Amino acid sequence: MMAMASSTISVELALRLQREARFERAFRLLTLACAVLVLAILGGVALALVHGSWPALKTFGWGFLVREIWNPVTDEYGALAPLYGTVVTSLIAMCIAVPVAFGIAIFLTESCPRWLRQPISTAIELLAAVPSIVFGLWGLFVLAPILQHSVQPWLIHAAAPMPILNQLFKGPPFGIGLLTAGLVLAVMVLPFITSVMREVFLMTPVSLKEAAYGVGATQWEVIWGVVLPASRAGVIGGIMLGLGRALGETMAVTFVIGNAHRISGSLLAPGTTISAAIANEFTEAVGDLYTSSLLALGLLLFAITFVIIAAARLLLLRLEMRTRPSK
Amino acid sequence: MKHFTRRKIRGALALWASGAATAVGLAALTAILWTLIARGLAGLSWAVFSAMTPAPGSQGGLLNAIVGSLIMTGIGIAIGAPIGMLAATYLSEYGKDSRLSTVIRFINDVLLSAPSIVVGLFVYTLVVVTMGHFSAIAGALSLAIIAIPVTVRTTDDMLRLIPESMRHGSAALGAQPWRTITQIVYPAARNGLLTGVLLAIARIAGETAPLLFTALNNQFWSANLNAPMANLPVVIFQFAMSPYPNWQSLAWTGALLITAFVLFLSVAARIIAGLFGGRERRVE
Repeated sequence: MMAMASSTISVELALRLQREARFERAFRLLTLACAVLVLAILGGVALALVHGSWPALKTFGWGFLVREIWNPVTDEYGALAPLYGTVVTSLIAMCIAVPVAFGIAIFLTESCPRWLRQPISTAIELLAAVPSIVFGLWGLFVLAPILQHSVQPWLIHAAAPMPILNQLFKGPPFGIGLLTAGLVLAVMVLPFITSVMREVFLMTPVSLKEAAYGVGATQWEVIWGVVLPASRAGVIGGIMLGLGRALGETMAVTFVIGNAHRISGSLLAPGTTISAAIANEFTEAVGDLYTSSLLALGLLLFAITFVIIAAARLLLLRLEMRTRPSK
Repeated sequence: MKHFTRRKIRGALALWASGAATAVGLAALTAILWTLIARGLAGLSWAVFSAMTPAPGSQGGLLNAIVGSLIMTGIGIAIGAPIGMLAATYLSEYGKDSRLSTVIRFINDVLLSAPSIVVGLFVYTLVVVTMGHFSAIAGALSLAIIAIPVTVRTTDDMLRLIPESMRHGSAALGAQPWRTITQIVYPAARNGLLTGVLLAIARIAGETAPLLFTALNNQFWSANLNAPMANLPVVIFQFAMSPYPNWQSLAWTGALLITAFVLFLSVAARIIAGLFGGRERRVE
């Protein structure tokens, strides 16, 4: 009796252990499949875009990248104007956002009263969560009229006698255009860059700073000579992350860019960006070549942002590895 | 002495400038929120929640857009969050620091900041072209793809906070890893997992670009997942670009609703993550 009971128990146990092991294999496989899906998404995006843009790439070849023409009537397309708009608006945004973000990060980590640090940091991080369409609305209804009525006329007037500036600030004040889009983007990426910079500044070893204070450096000399060099990789990573956002941002730009497929030397003129062109025209595109050209623009944007974001992440990853205490 | 004074003055000027930069940055961001609240509240009324999107010049609300957004965000998170959590489970519990995990983490971080409009194009070529028409399910799918990297990142971070000793304890009792994960690790990281989901919802609720050519828009009430569906972001875009004052006013109200929703979720996520942190310290 005893022997029989124990053998049923051991059989039951063996079955149970087997089932556990089967579940284990299934669960492991399931998680692995989901993890690999992340890679598949990236690969799928690249493949789908290459496939979709193939007709356009075959028709126009490499010339697609350097042609300014964008004419749905004659079915001729080139990426130069949107590419130019994307690069120029992002550059304007970075020229404004980077120094301001640097200032805010310095203020928050070094000179801000302690009780104010947490509230301001939290506020800035929450602002990074505000949907970009809100920035676009603000740009269209608030910023553009202000620029049109007061700032741009003054800029045009003031820049007129100066040799290079009068080319940059020329023409009628539309309100919307490259400059406005750049400004809206600057405000939008500001929270992203600031929070990365703040984090990497906080990672500076205190002993380094104390050593610098010890030999008589002023607070600013410690920031400029110790904190900044020590966190250089992180700062550059943060800037590039912001640049990646600015290049790919759609809604904040589409509202205020004016959607004109031409390259104008003036920053006040309407233009277009890759993302704005896609957002504005994709659902209205008739004809395979038109759709395919817009997909080719998407591929171009994907490639550019991939390179920049990947480089930024590599820089930040290396910094993280270096500062993370080994387990 | 003179040299020292110059250094001090330069330092003071630079620090003053950093304070000024903070003032400028905060002023710009406050101005945006202030405009949003002022203009959004002006158009807020009961009709916004009870009436359909109007034709130009007539009165109406945002009911179909709000419901459409809720449906698509709901489906998006229902698809994206489980996949993201399971993927993060692999990274944190099985792969750990293996080469495959490192590559997946890196690619996931890239996807995290990839332009959302590209995801829209991807789903367009994959789903819309195959099915032959725009649909709510295509919109939800593109939102799911955006939700996945957010969930993976937060879940991975949160699972790694769980002390290794808890896993060892469970393994010592003879539990297979899957049992340890589902019965020890997940419950211990519950708040952290919830944070990840909330952040993912916050991220996709305001997404506009990927919906433009997947879910499109619909002026009327529709609960059909296989047809174009109205949604707040696209309605805001369309109404704001129109010349009609009542449409523009509704656009601001819609933007206020989305922002309030997103900020509420972000704050809730922070509070819950804070609770998690406190619990974590007690465990150790």
